[in-house]
Amino acid sequence: MKKLLWTMAGLLAAGVGVRSEAALGERPARVVIRADAVYTGTGEMLQDGMVVIEEGKIVRVGRAAEVGDVEGAEVLRAAVATPGLIDAHTTVGLSGILNQAHDQEQLERSAPMQPELRAIDAYNGRDPLVEWVRKFGVTTVHTGHAPGALLSGQSMIIKSDRENISDGVLNPLAMVCGSLGEGALERGSGKSPGTRAKAVAMLRGELIRAREYEAKRAAAEAGTEDGEAKEDTGGRDLRLEALGAVLRREAPLLLTVQRHQDIAAALRVAEEFGVALVLDGCAEAYLLLEAIDASGFPVIVHPTLQRSHGESENLTVRMAAQLAEAGIPFAFQSGYEGYVPKTRVVLFEGGLAASYGIPFDAALEAMTLGAARLLGVADRVGSLEVGKDGDVALYDGDPFEYTTHCVGVVIEGRIYPGEQ
Amino acid sequence: MILAGCAAAGSAVGEEPSLRAFTGARILPVEGEPIEQGILVVEGAKIAAVGRMGEVPVPEGAEVIGVEGKVVLPGLVCTHSHIGEVAGADGSAPIQPEVRVFDSINVRDPGFRKAQAGGITTANLMSGSGHLLSGQTVYLKLRDGNRIEDLFIRNADGRLAGGVKMANGTNSRRDPPFPGTRAKSAALVRQQFVRAREYRDKTAAAGGDVTKLPARDLGLEALADVLEGRRVVHHHTHRHDDILTVLRLKEEFGFRVVLHHVSEAWKVAEEIAAADAPCSIILLDSPGGKQEAVDIAWKNGAVLEQAGVLTGFHTDDPINDSRWFLRSAAFAVRAGMSREGALAGLTLAGAKMLELEDRTGSLVPGKDADFIILSGDPFSVYTRVEETWVEGRRVFDLSDPEDEKWAFGGFGAGHPGEMEHCCFER
Repeated sequence: MKKLLWTMAGLLAAGVGVRSEAALGERPARVVIRADAVYTGTGEMLQDGMVVIEEGKIVRVGRAAEVGDVEGAEVLRAAVATPGLIDAHTTVGLSGILNQAHDQEQLERSAPMQPELRAIDAYNGRDPLVEWVRKFGVTTVHTGHAPGALLSGQSMIIKSDRENISDGVLNPLAMVCGSLGEGALERGSGKSPGTRAKAVAMLRGELIRAREYEAKRAAAEAGTEDGEAKEDTGGRDLRLEALGAVLRREAPLLLTVQRHQDIAAALRVAEEFGVALVLDGCAEAYLLLEAIDASGFPVIVHPTLQRSHGESENLTVRMAAQLAEAGIPFAFQSGYEGYVPKTRVVLFEGGLAASYGIPFDAALEAMTLGAARLLGVADRVGSLEVGKDGDVALYDGDPFEYTTHCVGVVIEGRIYPGEQ
Repeated sequence: MILAGCAAAGSAVGEEPSLRAFTGARILPVEGEPIEQGILVVEGAKIAAVGRMGEVPVPEGAEVIGVEGKVVLPGLVCTHSHIGEVAGADGSAPIQPEVRVFDSINVRDPGFRKAQAGGITTANLMSGSGHLLSGQTVYLKLRDGNRIEDLFIRNADGRLAGGVKMANGTNSRRDPPFPGTRAKSAALVRQQFVRAREYRDKTAAAGGDVTKLPARDLGLEALADVLEGRRVVHHHTHRHDDILTVLRLKEEFGFRVVLHHVSEAWKVAEEIAAADAPCSIILLDSPGGKQEAVDIAWKNGAVLEQAGVLTGFHTDDPINDSRWFLRSAAFAVRAGMSREGALAGLTLAGAKMLELEDRTGSLVPGKDADFIILSGDPFSVYTRVEETWVEGRRVFDLSDPEDEKWAFGGFGAGHPGEMEHCCFER
């Protein structure tokens, strides 16, 4: 593998930089990150802090003076270190950079509800947009099927340096994804769903079928244990099985909803079926803060830079600030883009949101530990704590500033360059 | 006349512009060195004086507006915008120079309010890139207005300021009568300019004799304006070879051109410099979205600057929202462009591309009083545009709740229709 030596002119001027003799993606046995400011992701900032990673896991975090010299380590230096960023909802790896038919795997339009479509069967970790977001510090992505169908398919969680899904998948079935509202309707085409009410009726009907299916399967399995196999389930149904995972609350139902009536409908369905809901987008959430708060469900807030057109016309850049004030758990996302730019970058979305009224720590949390909790992977990622994966993003200044650079990325101890 | 939402108490909108001195701010005049503790004197619609406090006196009778701690910049110039539901040519033909985009513009479109909120005071509104030539563009001052005429800019000769929008590459390739290849695209354009040259020559030869004049043709008339240098060609182009094709046509027909987007400018910067073609670039949050834009790079600004090319920025709104126009330049700085060059790219360079540098684009006495007041460094994510002034009138004031809605969004602040894929990608 090609040896790398990377520095940045601006960093040298500032006397701070990342420099590694390690090969791209190589994992030295021991990596030390030393930064003027280490944000651990747990609300703590260590001045002149150090993070020690061995065999991909964090083994030590503390002030450099306390940690002392670490022998035989690859040392990376930067002004700022944060936990590797987590994009709480994206479609990178499915919606390819070219935007040609052959590299667009995020939406299958032959039927309105296809929860059986697995993200792992579509993900292309070699698409340049995956590397693009990694260059800015994103180490974990929750990616999968896009908004645009009532139930478009499944999502998964993977590290951003994995070229295929044979390793690095944190959860192959993270959520079942769908949309309510205009984006998921077949207006005027004679196809269903053609109206909002029809869409909700179809979704409820499918969840009822899944519940019955699950009950039959459970009964059949119980029968098997009794030694009397009953084959009355009519065979396996992948679609209903996927919804079964939702009904058992093994996988949340992620519904992209922008208009207030669609947010309300999502809450209504979730309550009826007792599923774990993740509200996605939610451009008009400010009209329903009390109801959302009462539901206890989290929000993956639309990109701050999302365009205020169509169903999202009423969005506000203060959305995240309003959720924070209301005490509603939220995380940032890059979302899905059908055109140019083909993906957004969660660092920029959260950074801009921070400038509109969220404290730095809260904004950082919503793309690190908060996102990890929302995604159910906080045992592995999201903070710089002993025992967690060695995922770190390095910057030459305030990560949110327009003119700051990501100067390096570490994923499970493997070293990658930042933007160059 | 005034649109709703901008006539709050204390607003200068609607009042007769008078004599005002803005004192104490850091002034970045773009032409001239930054001024700490500066003073900007505005008389009517014009800048009367700019300088250091104490050196430039506050005129007698002036209303003094303290802006200590703020940063004052020239109003931003967006050389490529699609706000106002602007549209040009229809699907009937690939070259339609007779179409004036200002006949389509909705001045009540929220895009105008948001552009003001982003600090934009001058904009070139253009039709899309789905045609080889999609119409006559219009340069506007973002005054508050009820009719598009209220926003027009008139050149010294009384003509409306505007250019012509052209495009090459993949966007304008479609089923016939549109071209199917790059060579066909160039051939169609060349044929049309040859006709326009003949039309122009016949017109000139007629010497005012009505009996000898060719039948009036609105399209050829517009192209004759292009040939005569009265209209600049604003040319959408991405790939290195398409950029060079534009330069080849410019050479053949002698028209003046501004290259727009110029995704692969970094590959042919020397050629662009040699052709003396200004570049209006865009910075995107990621490359791709179409094959032509896979190699777009933030370093375009730095590379073009170093090559000596006049370099500016555009929003291509709705591709990039006008409210974050400053951010585009900041990303160019992130990738190596000088801060001075990036600031000029938001202001004076754009004014030059629109040939409006005599009246806007920098804070110089005698120019139009187009300026913005920022809360801090223009390239910081934490900085807000607090006020936008066009020709001595305040058109945006962040402290006014109505205006804040345009800046931050909220119920009723957006576009109920879906975004048209009019622009960067058709």
